Amino acid sequence: MIEAQDLFKSFGSQQVLDGLNLKVEKGETLVILGRSGVGKSVLLKHILGITRPDSGKIFVNGKCISELEGEERFDSVRNMGMLFQSAALFDSMNVFENVAFYLREHEQHPEEAIAQRVNEALAMVDLHDVGEKMPSELSGGMRKRAGLARLIVYRPEYLLYDEPTTGLDPITAMQINELIVKTQKELKATSIVVTHDIISALYVGDRLALHKDGKIAYIAKPEEFLMIEDPIIEFLKRTIHEDPRKFREEYERQN
Amino acid sequence: MWGFLVNRFAFINSLGEYMQLVIAVVGTTFRRPPNWSLIREQLYEIGVMSLSVVALTGFSTGLVLAAQSFYQLADKGLAGATGLMVGKSMITELGPVLTAFMVTGRVGAAMCAELGTMKVTEQVDALQSMAVNPNRYLLAPRYLAGFFMLPLLTIFSIIMGIFGGYLISVYFFEMTAANYFDPMPDYITHFDLFSGMVKAIVFGFLIVTICCYRGVQTSGGAAGVGRSTTNCVVICYTCILFFNFFITMGLNVINQQLNGFLS
Repeated sequence: MIEAQDLFKSFGSQQVLDGLNLKVEKGETLVILGRSGVGKSVLLKHILGITRPDSGKIFVNGKCISELEGEERFDSVRNMGMLFQSAALFDSMNVFENVAFYLREHEQHPEEAIAQRVNEALAMVDLHDVGEKMPSELSGGMRKRAGLARLIVYRPEYLLYDEPTTGLDPITAMQINELIVKTQKELKATSIVVTHDIISALYVGDRLALHKDGKIAYIAKPEEFLMIEDPIIEFLKRTIHEDPRKFREEYERQN
Repeated sequence: MWGFLVNRFAFINSLGEYMQLVIAVVGTTFRRPPNWSLIREQLYEIGVMSLSVVALTGFSTGLVLAAQSFYQLADKGLAGATGLMVGKSMITELGPVLTAFMVTGRVGAAMCAELGTMKVTEQVDALQSMAVNPNRYLLAPRYLAGFFMLPLLTIFSIIMGIFGGYLISVYFFEMTAANYFDPMPDYITHFDLFSGMVKAIVFGFLIVTICCYRGVQTSGGAAGVGRSTTNCVVICYTCILFFNFFITMGLNVINQQLNGFLS
């Protein structure tokens, strides 16, 4: 379980987190929606310990990780992983080396075992014969999928996704959504997805939250979330032409 | 007035952040040293890849220094001091300073740009998300490589400078090799060698720490990377020049005091 208590964070005069509270239950996928620049990605970086809150605490599995220092802080996030908005692949390494990075850094496996796990992860995200390619040679969608492979190869308990479908065409975006659901089912992980894409949110989310004015304004199951009277949710609803949950049911029937 | 105070405050703030980073990286290096493969990569990048530019700089400086010395000294009957002038200048001043300048331009700027790009494209965050300490993975190998390679490159530059001076003195000014080399052991002291090496070590430390600090502090996309790179080169050059003066003065004062005390 991940729990954030009374998080405050400001950058200069901009108050990004203003007493934010959040609880993510084990095994669920929580989607955090909100307008660009409200601090959704900052929240994820707080959970990973990349950014420190001005005040407030973050608990993962009951352990307060926001107060840890030095190597202990890095060790505390070993069971977490994040898919970055830009995928953030290491551009000095090829795709294979990127995906193998965590295993080589933290797990003492022979190279054959690493190669097997990397190839499995790449196959899971439907990337074949790209291991030798450099990140700059991949399309945006392929980079996202390679980023996802780098994430799932070490089977983290907590998965964080920062705008996983932003900048992708609708078909590739839907493939990424399918991969998120597939990964969730296979790893039985706890996931937080940050997005402003309502289609993606309804497709992957067990619960939806709205990040507004530095706080979580609402948090509810998808059907209840859509009933909330809020100008942002009203606007998001107007952008949906067909309920994406139908696509998901269709996808699950086919698989 | 207000702008002046803000600038001073920003400078002190940056200095504090820089010191914090240096202490954190040095602490990490001792507690959990980085992998040898990462250090080897940086030793190669900073050391081997800089050899040609350092050799060329040292050699050309030796040539011009010997020529200038010969023309200035010959009509006063002091042509025999040409080798000494080249040796002493290369060891105490020009070797360390020019090597540091060349390494800043070739390695420091590239280091800052690489780290800056990794920062703005979230690659540094990605390292942290995979439980890897960026100070240990990215900075510690660069610190170690810079610290060890600058003295070696400086020695190489000094040798190339003395060799350049030898070539022009012997083959153009028709001095004998003995004339060129003989005064060196008498007038180049252990203190001169020590002074040159202290400078090389301090400059190496300054270059890697400043360039790494500017790199990981980068923000603002491609333009930010450009700004950081330019800043780090300017700051390094300024620091090298001022530290060179202070080390020269400091060591000479200490040397004189010690000599007075011993005699």
